[in-house]
Amino acid sequence: MSRQAILLGGLAAAFALAPLVAGPYLLSVLVVVMYFAYVGQAWNIMMGFAGQLSLGHTLYVGLGAYTAAALFVHLGVPAALGLFAAVAVAAAVGGIVGALGFRFGVKGVYFALLTIAFAEFTRILFEHIPGLGGPAGLFLPVGSRDSFDLIHLRGHPLMFYYLILAMTAGIFLLCRRLVRSRLGYTWLAVREDQEAAAALGINVFRAKLTAVMLSAGLTALGGVFFAFYYNNLFPNQAFGMNRSIEIILAPIVGGLGTLFGPILGALILTPLGELITAVTEAMGFKAAGIKQLCYGLSLLAIVKFLPDGVWPWLRGRLGLDRGPDGEDES
Amino acid sequence: MSIDLANQILTGLLTGLVYSLMALGLSVIFGVVRVVNFAHGEMTALAMYAAWALFTWLELDPLVGMPLIALMLFVLGYIMQRGLIDAFVSKPEHIQFILLVAIAIIMVNGSLLTFGPDAHGVQVSYGFDTYEVGPLLVDKVRLLAAAAALGISGLLMLFFRRTMTGKAIRACADNLVGAKVIGLNVKQLYAVTFGIGAACVGAAGALLSLLIDVMPSTGPELTMLAFIIVIVGGLGSMGGALLGGMLIGVSEVLAGYFLMPSMKGMFSFAILILILVLRPQGLMGARK
Repeated sequence: MSRQAILLGGLAAAFALAPLVAGPYLLSVLVVVMYFAYVGQAWNIMMGFAGQLSLGHTLYVGLGAYTAAALFVHLGVPAALGLFAAVAVAAAVGGIVGALGFRFGVKGVYFALLTIAFAEFTRILFEHIPGLGGPAGLFLPVGSRDSFDLIHLRGHPLMFYYLILAMTAGIFLLCRRLVRSRLGYTWLAVREDQEAAAALGINVFRAKLTAVMLSAGLTALGGVFFAFYYNNLFPNQAFGMNRSIEIILAPIVGGLGTLFGPILGALILTPLGELITAVTEAMGFKAAGIKQLCYGLSLLAIVKFLPDGVWPWLRGRLGLDRGPDGEDES
Repeated sequence: MSIDLANQILTGLLTGLVYSLMALGLSVIFGVVRVVNFAHGEMTALAMYAAWALFTWLELDPLVGMPLIALMLFVLGYIMQRGLIDAFVSKPEHIQFILLVAIAIIMVNGSLLTFGPDAHGVQVSYGFDTYEVGPLLVDKVRLLAAAAALGISGLLMLFFRRTMTGKAIRACADNLVGAKVIGLNVKQLYAVTFGIGAACVGAAGALLSLLIDVMPSTGPELTMLAFIIVIVGGLGSMGGALLGGMLIGVSEVLAGYFLMPSMKGMFSFAILILILVLRPQGLMGARK
């Protein structure tokens, strides 16, 4: 067994057994860790694999969340069916953003700003749709917390924990397959040198569009989870710029384009936030803003000293640099 | 066209000119250093807090305190570029983004800790004076602020056209390798450029403090506004920033007049999307 497989198995076992020792608080923190690992991985498909920087990625979380939640609240459609609509809506909007951007040659910083513009536009739009609650928010009726109803996604926190764990494991395995697939190599070629890729006969437009739509659809699944786990949605929180920043922090801090990066980044950042809260409260600082201030300083330190992310550095330390076939694949 | 609407458009134009000065700072920094300053609005908010503090504690009119605030922001910008950002100039965009987002988070929460969550406004004695120009009414503060913004923009253009430092900075922007070959100190010039961009922000913040209240959330909003203006006008084009500012200023009041004030942002973002797709170099930018 390779060292990578041991690490992977150990990590999966630790997370699967965690509820045996973790109390409700720790479990809720782990849900947030997994959630950010999941959406980070979904974002990573677009940026890490295909090299297209999206700074408005919460657009797809919000669209997925609102679609499934509105179908449930207004028509009683269960989450297990609503998620198909959620993925379809997000992938379609992702397709529109991508098509507009790539067809008209909007590149680099400009493409990133285009994604922000779409997210912000949608945020203000949703604040003016009365059927979706507007700025006052959309609330999902809370059912029994003792059931394990996966069809309607109502029930015990433990169910949500194992669901998000399964989603994170699923997207990890999917991405692992993707990197080694024909599509994955196509993205790599486009990311590294678009002109050369086009000269080799790769349909660059289609490759980039596939990445955006796949990333958007998978992100929307995270949005569905978000809506049914928290039971309330506000345009400000679902589509706000701060959310987009949160999504991309884990994969960047963990290591862009790597498979372990988003998980490791989420495992560092979410507990770091909680730790800062605990420490500042223990020291008697109750003032608003102190937590975010420390968070900003930590972030500054991480980008300053490990700009390529923590995983590439840690991978070297653990001697996991090369996979069995000599390729860099973790 | 009703008189009321004409008044609104004039208000939008004048406010837009002050926005322009802020956006000009962003444009100068991006045009030369090639780093997108995602902490731009937060720096503007810092300048607004400084103007408020000088007014409240020393009874200094923001129009008088403006040079001092611009100087403070110049020093801040210079140190930021020298101490932090310079090491990231050749790094990928997403890393620069995270760096500036971290700086922005620190600034927003630093001001939340220092000044609290409440809105702070500057009420000068002539705050409610108006001039009658034919059938139109013009606010005195708005007119003064717009005139000052326009004047500073003009000075900046003169600086870049006439002085040796200005020409050297333009040389770095036009041909970085050439600038290094003839022995220009690029590191130093980048820091001066960031300082000049920040000084624009300082002056614009002092003027804005006369027109709108400042609170911690003002920063991120102004960052977005600055982006929209420079993209619409053309990143790196100084005339474009002026045009973009006035356009967005007018579009904001029109959206508020015909629809709802809360929808004004949606209009600005819709304009941004249209420009990015149809004319990504901006209205006055040159096609590369």
